[in-house]
Amino acid sequence: MTNPPASPNRPVYLDNQATTRCDPRVLEVMLPFFSEQYGNPHSVEHAMGRYAEAAVETARAQVAELIGADAKEIVFTSGATESNNIAIKGAARFARRMGSERRRVITVATEHKCVLESVRDLGEEGFDPVLLPVRSDGLLDPDTLRDALREPAVLVSIMAVNNETGVVQDIPELAAIAKQAGALFHTDIAQAVGKIPLDLTGWKIDLASVSGHKIYGPKGVGALFVRRRPRVRLAPLFSGGGQERGLRSGTLPAPLIVGLGEACRLAQADMEGDAKRIGDLRERLLRRLQDALPGIVVNGSMSARIAGNLNLTFPAATAADLMQRSPELCVSTGSACSSAAVEPSYVLRALGLSDEAAARTLRIAIGRFTSPADVDFAAAALIAAHAGAPAPAEA
Amino acid sequence: MTLLHYLDANASEPLRPEAREAMLAALEVSGNPSSVHRAGRSARRLLEDGRETIAARFGGNPAELVFTSGGTEADALAIHALGRGRRLIIGATEHDAIRAAAAEAAVLPVDRAGLADLDALAELLADGPPALVCLMLANNETGTIQPVADAAALCRRHDALLHVDAVQAAGRMRLDFAALGAHSLALSSHKLGGPAGAGALLLHPQVTALTPLIGGGGQERGRRGGTPATAVIAGFAEAARIAEPIAEHARMRDALEQAAIACGAVVCGAGAARLDNTTCLALPAIRADAQVIALDLEGIAVSAGAACSSGKVAASHVLQAMGLGPLAGQAIRVSLPWNASQDDVAAFIPAYQRMVQCLRAPLAQHAA
Repeated sequence: MTNPPASPNRPVYLDNQATTRCDPRVLEVMLPFFSEQYGNPHSVEHAMGRYAEAAVETARAQVAELIGADAKEIVFTSGATESNNIAIKGAARFARRMGSERRRVITVATEHKCVLESVRDLGEEGFDPVLLPVRSDGLLDPDTLRDALREPAVLVSIMAVNNETGVVQDIPELAAIAKQAGALFHTDIAQAVGKIPLDLTGWKIDLASVSGHKIYGPKGVGALFVRRRPRVRLAPLFSGGGQERGLRSGTLPAPLIVGLGEACRLAQADMEGDAKRIGDLRERLLRRLQDALPGIVVNGSMSARIAGNLNLTFPAATAADLMQRSPELCVSTGSACSSAAVEPSYVLRALGLSDEAAARTLRIAIGRFTSPADVDFAAAALIAAHAGAPAPAEA
Repeated sequence: MTLLHYLDANASEPLRPEAREAMLAALEVSGNPSSVHRAGRSARRLLEDGRETIAARFGGNPAELVFTSGGTEADALAIHALGRGRRLIIGATEHDAIRAAAAEAAVLPVDRAGLADLDALAELLADGPPALVCLMLANNETGTIQPVADAAALCRRHDALLHVDAVQAAGRMRLDFAALGAHSLALSSHKLGGPAGAGALLLHPQVTALTPLIGGGGQERGRRGGTPATAVIAGFAEAARIAEPIAEHARMRDALEQAAIACGAVVCGAGAARLDNTTCLALPAIRADAQVIALDLEGIAVSAGAACSSGKVAASHVLQAMGLGPLAGQAIRVSLPWNASQDDVAAFIPAYQRMVQCLRAPLAQHAA
């Protein structure tokens, strides 16, 4: 076994679609809100509360700016999972309450688990969930959506960037198709924010879900974009103090929100530079792996894909063996939420991979803090692990 | 902002330095607790250590603790999950998180001190299908402590479930979930000196199969989706570990109350056992918002009722339920944080006196 080159970061973290390190610059702006600025942003009757409120409003504008929205269209939540739950269940339930006859809720087979579960829950409430297939490159064929919309739908939910393959759907086109059929359009942009330019207003998106910890911000905070003109109405998931215009009750965590805002500001400032650098690192990693392991396959479209993602099926080793043999490398077999599960990835199945091929597949996600040395370490570690791994059992 | 005297702990406790340290250390751990690799395992350890600390501190079982985004979500989850197929009965002075989630509920009246009428509860329970009862341990506006253990015993006799909102009580009074005999209990991090953005629902082992309110990737044993906020939870756990009732609070509170009473104030809920850090002071004929603004100008941060409804000027539903009539719109809440000092009390008293003088003057002119 060859010794991998030295790396400044150990373990080498190439799982930036599961979560990201909180950027030190984000941490720095959060710090005062963890100490002297502890006011409750809803306590607007006193000065400390108003200071926290002003900081929350600045963050709201920063989030809006990055995704092409107005600050008034941003509702803070605990994360993208909650945002997806509110958007999907909230839009469908509100429409029904207003007397809408539309029951169809359309989404895609490769969505995040929380979208699929939200849609499934609606099925139990009498809605008609439809899961659309994707092509082998991971992209949704617009005609597939058009066909599904022959039955009037209340909502279409399609993620902008897939969490396992990094494939980028054509959201402007898909949203236009949905809107033309009179359906609301929601998009989970947790994996897209800061990676690709977003213009929710220009694309006429109705609802979109943002995560803090996927963009070098803190965990425990996210946002939901709710279009204002024309206004999209939702039934809240839970109520209480009536914060966030009644859409999301509960004390706003000012420090986390300030962190999310700064993470968005940095993403805006660094997007182009990050994408270029990360894309170069990905090419470097892929080239090395392809040279050493002919037969390695990249799953999903290479052209419609964010810069940092590689979803790789290895020729002759299981993902579990590769991970076990490279303990200094943090990569994953798929989405983090289900990565402890033994089930093969439903995303890869939807792309047409056999369970056996899915078991030989790793997700690698390069991020802002990845260095060339990290990538070289990863290539060497994976190549060595592959050489030493037992051949996978015949399917 | 100079020399601000923060007496609005029930809106949000100042972050405890120990909690801040725990959180800052945790922010350095960048993994997702659901990931199986080393970074993920470090995050998982933070999460599970936090779960054990909080459960142990409040008499719960770590396996039966569900992390949420805060107290509101914990209350909503309890009602969503435990209330399935049950009729709802809630105390009249519950927090809006409960009232909003249980809009159709039967309301259990309280007496003038804010204490729930357990005879009325027995009658409600005797009559009708199985219920979920929601009764808060300590009230956010008055600090009144409800006879929750007695209510729990009553509920068990009638096959009812009891959910307890302990958001204001946790860390400020003795709290042992197992001894209370309730079926679920809601906690909030920032009300005990941890960071905002985390809460928890403790469940009795008897409560199985919990339908999530926020569905997702199967986290929290399928009971709450979403990547857990590990750093916030680490801060929450540390705050929970060290939060204890503070001996000086009662004395400081009594001093404030005596000064206010001398100015003509009425202490709401004075007849009941109350949290030592909380007093609710009503000034007949003077609007609560005017009092809060006048004190704010003096550098004293207090509130008119719950922080969430601050900004809206409405009479307190809590004080109305206690039968206080117009006083319900004339009361401020003074709540001492864990780091309240004698200086805060010393600043409050003359500021309150000046405020009373100042706001009474125009009334006197009217009368003349």
